Amino acid sequence: MTRNPKRAAGDTPLVEMDDVSISFGGIKAVDHVSVDLYPGEVVGLLGHNGAGKSTLIKMLSGAYQKETGEIRVNGQTVDIQNPRDARALNIETIYQTLALADNLDAASNLFLGRELVTPLGLVDDSAMEAECRKIMGRLNPNFQKFNEPVSALSGGQRQSVAIARAVYFNAKVLIMDEPTAALGPHETQMVAELIQQLKADGIGIFLIDHDVHAVMELCDRASVMKNGELVGTVEIDDVTDDDLLSMIILGKKPGEEAA
Amino acid sequence: MTDATSQPIPERQKGNLFQQLELDLRLLGMIGAFVILCIGFNILTDGRFLTPRNIFNLTIQTVSVAIMACGMVFVIVNRHIDLSVGALLATTSAIMAVTQTQILPHTLGLGLGNPAIWLITLVVGLTAGTLIGAFQGWMVGYLSIPAFIVTLGGFLVWRNVAWYLTDGQTIGPLDGTFLIFGGTNGTLGETTSWLLAALAAALAIWGLWGARRAKAGHGFPVKPAWAEATLCAITAGAIFGFIWILNSYHIPKRRLERMFEARGETMPEGLEVGYGLPVSVLILITVAVVMTIIARRTRFGRYIFATGGNPDAAELSGINTRRLTVKIFALMGFLCALSAVIASARLSNHSNDIGTLDELRVIAAAVIGGTALSGGFGTIYGAILGALIMQALQSGMAMVGVDAPFQNIVVGTVLVLAVLIDIIYRKRVGAK
Repeated sequence: MTRNPKRAAGDTPLVEMDDVSISFGGIKAVDHVSVDLYPGEVVGLLGHNGAGKSTLIKMLSGAYQKETGEIRVNGQTVDIQNPRDARALNIETIYQTLALADNLDAASNLFLGRELVTPLGLVDDSAMEAECRKIMGRLNPNFQKFNEPVSALSGGQRQSVAIARAVYFNAKVLIMDEPTAALGPHETQMVAELIQQLKADGIGIFLIDHDVHAVMELCDRASVMKNGELVGTVEIDDVTDDDLLSMIILGKKPGEEAA
Repeated sequence: MTDATSQPIPERQKGNLFQQLELDLRLLGMIGAFVILCIGFNILTDGRFLTPRNIFNLTIQTVSVAIMACGMVFVIVNRHIDLSVGALLATTSAIMAVTQTQILPHTLGLGLGNPAIWLITLVVGLTAGTLIGAFQGWMVGYLSIPAFIVTLGGFLVWRNVAWYLTDGQTIGPLDGTFLIFGGTNGTLGETTSWLLAALAAALAIWGLWGARRAKAGHGFPVKPAWAEATLCAITAGAIFGFIWILNSYHIPKRRLERMFEARGETMPEGLEVGYGLPVSVLILITVAVVMTIIARRTRFGRYIFATGGNPDAAELSGINTRRLTVKIFALMGFLCALSAVIASARLSNHSNDIGTLDELRVIAAAVIGGTALSGGFGTIYGAILGALIMQALQSGMAMVGVDAPFQNIVVGTVLVLAVLIDIIYRKRVGAK
């Protein structure tokens, strides 16, 4: 039944989060959860607000440090202490908040933390703007506001800057935290097409979303969380919308009695 | 990804004269305010305000606050504040005073007037300032104590460390060579000043030309050639005009005679010698240029602005914001020490009240210069103009004969009004 050839062939997963936990002030935000991701695969992470999806993924992107468990990338155990470590492993994140510096322009945000520099070590704004124009030409052909701070941009334009930042640097693993939450229908469609395109390039994507329909449409597998625990991981082809909904709401896998 | 899909570059929009020149409206507004202020005082003082002598004095009085204001821009852009700059100036000044008048000549036996004294003193003072700044930055960045509290504590601590180091006494006279940093005691003379002006003008034009070529190299629109040429002409004109004014302030006859006597010569009849560019002003210009390059063209500067705009985003982009905070405060400490060199050399001694209230002047200069306390916005040239406006107000009112309490009332009111105008301006242009 599996659609992903790499997973079917028993290859090493791109990312394995094995039995990871984290707690805040005595509350287990993520409680011994294991998920994995293969190249060219989209895994949806579903659950209510506060189920622990974002927290789980922030341990992979370096924003939080796990307390127990292990993270493996290409089978190698890795230690991700901060966002720099995650980026060095080609793990890129598009945050729900977009994480843009509002006072800087699109190119400065795109290259934030990884600026292009001249031979003298000075920031090369012209080169960055040129690169920014190239990638924007691919992602969002309507985008024109290159010389204004991103605070002057619309929600969709800001989103494309955030996406461009993750895509530009040869991501192998892409984490998308509700990428379409602030978008109109046209832009949502654009993101969906982009996900298909990145998938075809062999990038593994974790997609956090509230919308069951979006997950059914875009993902290969879905992992559902509730109260910090993993309810289960299912093949999208094997389940219906209602199965996923009952996993989210009741915390039971299809064919199981309610927990 | 091919070039063919690159975003098309729009045609340059033709606009009015100012748009074609791409001048910063805020900068123009500030210069306008400054010019009106100066002309106003000049009328009220029957032409005594805009004399070469007064302009010379105004610049050397502004230097100390202006240098610290440059550092304060970074601190405030990064969403912090430093209330300890005046006290830090006092402590570093005290350290340097003790070093050059007691420790080096007597304790270490170098003897008074040893040519190494000024240099060692400078290194000791700048190092002390940088370390103290870094320590405060470490408490802000790594221990997460709010900068307001750390530097409020520092305000008390360093003011009184200075007192303790000197027993509250005035220490002087300072080393003869050290006094060169003070203003009238160290000027470059007319010829050197003209040469520097030529060099500065050449560098400025080269910089403008380089920026134009970099833009054109990527096919971006550039200003029309006449606009670029006009800008070059204005820049060069301003540089030469400034030097011309400073060169027009002649060393008083008595002082010149004494200088010749000191060298065992007699002064030729009718000799007129201009002061030229003071060393302290040259230092301020250097600081301004370096800080502007840091702000606009280095990663360090880019990260300061990014963190000020959105600290979370900066953190998530892999910027080590804690270390950044330490660096910013270390730089602030370094600049406080540099200001201490200039302030104490100008007075030719270290007095216990040196730098008192400077923290307020420095913050006011940065804020009048358009630095937003909410972080993310601010310019070096703005802060320096802010410091100049404050100093012009203060000395202008003193020359007109405004009572001391009214002087401070006016300065305080101007500070609040300047910020109000800035808020209205930002709303008009739609920036946050």
